[in-house]
Amino acid sequence: MRTHNSLINRLVQSDRGGAVLLVLLAISMVLVPLLNLAVPESSALHLSTYTMTLLGKYLTFALLALALDLVWGYCGILSLGHGAFFALGGYAMGMYLMRQIGERGVYGNAELPDFMVFLNWQELPWYWFGFDQFWFAMLMVVLVPGVLAFVFGWLAFRSRVTGVYLSIMTQALTFALMLAFFRNEMGFGGNNGLTDFKDILGFDLQSDTTRAGLFVASAVALALGYLASRFVVNSKFGRVIVALRDAESRARFIGYKVEMYKVWLFVFSAMLAGIAGALYVPQVGIINPGEFSPLNSIELVIWVAVGGRGTLYGAVLGALLVNYAKTYLTGAFPEIWLFALGALFVLVTILLPRGMIGLLRRKQTEASA
Amino acid sequence: MLFLFGYLITATLLWSAVGHAAPPVVSPVVSPEAPVQTSTETAVAPLDFAGALQALNADNFTAKEQAINALAALGDERTRVVLIAFQEGNLQYRKSDGKVVLVSEVAEGYQLTDPIEETDLGVVGKRDVKKITINNSLRRVLREAIARLSLTSERTDVRLTAVGELTGNLDAAAVALLERARTTEQDAEIIAAIDTALALSAVDSETPSVRLEAVAALQDSLLPAVRNRLSSVAESDANAEVKQAAARAVKSIETKLERYALAETVFFGLSLGSVLLLAAIGLAITFGVMGVINMAHGELIMIGAYTTYLVQQAMPQYLEYSMLVAVPAAFLAAGAFGIAIERGVIRFLYGRPLETLLATFGISLVLQQLVRTTISAQNVTVANPEWMSGSWQINAALSLTYNRLYIVIFTLLVFAALLLLLKKSALGLHVRAVAQNRSMARAMGIRTEWVDALTFGLGSGIAGVAGVALSQLTNVGPNMGQAYIIDSFMVVVFGGVGNLWGALVGAFSLGVVNKFLEPYSGAVLAKILVLVFIILFIQKRPRGLFPQKGRAAES
Repeated sequence: MRTHNSLINRLVQSDRGGAVLLVLLAISMVLVPLLNLAVPESSALHLSTYTMTLLGKYLTFALLALALDLVWGYCGILSLGHGAFFALGGYAMGMYLMRQIGERGVYGNAELPDFMVFLNWQELPWYWFGFDQFWFAMLMVVLVPGVLAFVFGWLAFRSRVTGVYLSIMTQALTFALMLAFFRNEMGFGGNNGLTDFKDILGFDLQSDTTRAGLFVASAVALALGYLASRFVVNSKFGRVIVALRDAESRARFIGYKVEMYKVWLFVFSAMLAGIAGALYVPQVGIINPGEFSPLNSIELVIWVAVGGRGTLYGAVLGALLVNYAKTYLTGAFPEIWLFALGALFVLVTILLPRGMIGLLRRKQTEASA
Repeated sequence: MLFLFGYLITATLLWSAVGHAAPPVVSPVVSPEAPVQTSTETAVAPLDFAGALQALNADNFTAKEQAINALAALGDERTRVVLIAFQEGNLQYRKSDGKVVLVSEVAEGYQLTDPIEETDLGVVGKRDVKKITINNSLRRVLREAIARLSLTSERTDVRLTAVGELTGNLDAAAVALLERARTTEQDAEIIAAIDTALALSAVDSETPSVRLEAVAALQDSLLPAVRNRLSSVAESDANAEVKQAAARAVKSIETKLERYALAETVFFGLSLGSVLLLAAIGLAITFGVMGVINMAHGELIMIGAYTTYLVQQAMPQYLEYSMLVAVPAAFLAAGAFGIAIERGVIRFLYGRPLETLLATFGISLVLQQLVRTTISAQNVTVANPEWMSGSWQINAALSLTYNRLYIVIFTLLVFAALLLLLKKSALGLHVRAVAQNRSMARAMGIRTEWVDALTFGLGSGIAGVAGVALSQLTNVGPNMGQAYIIDSFMVVVFGGVGNLWGALVGAFSLGVVNKFLEPYSGAVLAKILVLVFIILFIQKRPRGLFPQKGRAAES
């Protein structure tokens, strides 16, 4: 326990932002479920299940933003396809949840999900095998995005595809996956995706306690993800990553195998994104090919940009801020939202290249000077 | 009942011609002493066009048939129109005065046309006119009369269509008609069509030698009917020699059909490629020359398409010429937007390509939403001018739609113009200089900011022109730009940055490959395969098909 504590201590040392984030997460882990479950609904302090689920969703987005910040902020790889890894993780979780429905589906088929019965399929496709086991599904949540990231990254980085080229290729990747998942023949529910989930590990997905559990799981995942990412960037590996962001050719000439560093960082990031997706799906109750749309992936970039890239906690802050704004604006002024998002892209890139965190730091240094 | 009543009171054709419901309007030429209806064939000879026309509205079918024959015998060009209308139930009579008129359905009722003067008689309610009835035997008479008339028409296209119709419906009467037409026909194409039809009927002959000859005559035809007939002959003819010949003929026809199918696929591929090229070429300029990724490029295409829409709204009566106005208007509109984007945003972000990408993506969102709020979130309809609809029928197996054909030509024109501009004009020289070495160009006195703005305007203007072309092919809506952005980036990446020829080759090859894959894999999978192919391709050639050479490539 001591060593564990000291590891965390070492990680958050000289990382005030991270420390604040972890403390806030710890508080919310306790407070949010408490306010929802223990405080009676009549009370003004009661937190509705809707809000709690919404917060949980934000946390999964924050984890996704964290994953992107790792590659973009620290390695300069602007991936416009991180939504694909998120969605793949989500699909893996969705497949598990689909299998849990069992005979309670509309067609009452114990083996096949409803959409397969509807398509007149006789048996489960081979790639659905094993997804009735939770451990297997969780393995796939990290393995599928990880393998895709490895294959893509190995191909791309080995041939030194960089900069905007790489961004465009990642965008094409998620676009191609979106088209593929829209096809009914793929066996992932086509257009409608996977939905109508009933329970997870035997717990009813509609109940407040399960929702609270999922919220806590998301918060824990974000905290652990943060610590793991911090560990990576503080390590020697992380320093090499930053070095090759700033001077790729020089790092290569010194003798580092640049592409391997990039590939493994990319794989790690994709796995984090997959976990985020897996936590996202049971909370929103659906996963469909729309999650692969290039728009989602690029919107995610702006979360990181707004928060401030290359800081990790900035990405979390940005994801929470932008998504809160999105929820608010799409509800109150639906026409305004895209204008606001578009303006955000332009203004942040021109005026706030270091994001909110950069702005805060500047204010601090001005105050101390 | 009415029919019987008419029978009773009519003794002469005149009376039946006028009809019981109409006041006795006497056609000036028809004398009261017109022959009685019992006589046939020659009975209506003295009638002129107007009289015979009025006689179509007789009370009994025998009289109608005589009137049809009389009309057909007159050899008047108007007759065909009348008979076709009769066949289709569009020949009716006005209840008020019994006048026989042509009707066509409009929203408020029927639009009437005078078949004699070919003048407009105004719109009336549906109850003010009544259809002149026909029965099955009359239909046959009509069909023959129309075919006969069409075969002797002055217009070659009418004659050709008539032959085609008769070919699809070969009975003894049709064969007789065709044989007669064959003796007088002058046009080579029509003669060939008649020969095909006659050979098709000769395949049914009793004598094997005639059948053999017919099969030989048919082996150059591409009509589906011919192929079906020949393959059934090849299977079931009694004579072995005929059977063999037919099998050979079927084979040669199929080879030809395959060749035309190939040509058609290539054409579809080229047409898709030209759309890709139009969309990508502007991008190739801004990306290649300025190193700027413009994610709003698709939205500039959308602006061009909406400009077409607005131009058509502004001049609805000159739809045919709207394209001529829309092309320069779209160029200017999209170009203006482009320059505004460059001056307002991109200029602050030079040297930071990833940030430029994000900022322009933000602009694309704003532009989409702008269209949604100012015009409509729904797709709008952009009309095709007359000269762009229809298709060019090269032969029975191959036809090219005009809109796609024109777009291929238009794309090549735009490409040539752009190439000329970049290679021959002062602006082109400056653009190339800045692309190669920005600081040296500046040192030589080139105002690089101006060149940047103009280059961006040019690339955007071309996107607008692409929008005009696309408005003729696909739906015009706020989301249309997004559909093209990834494809056009693929073209640029595949072809190589900063090289117009690369974009040309890239676009056409991607288009053709896509169309060749489609029949095997379906449209969506074809697209996915192409994307995967490009991802793999840039392994081998990370800088595209035609990479930039020299120092510029490394920056």
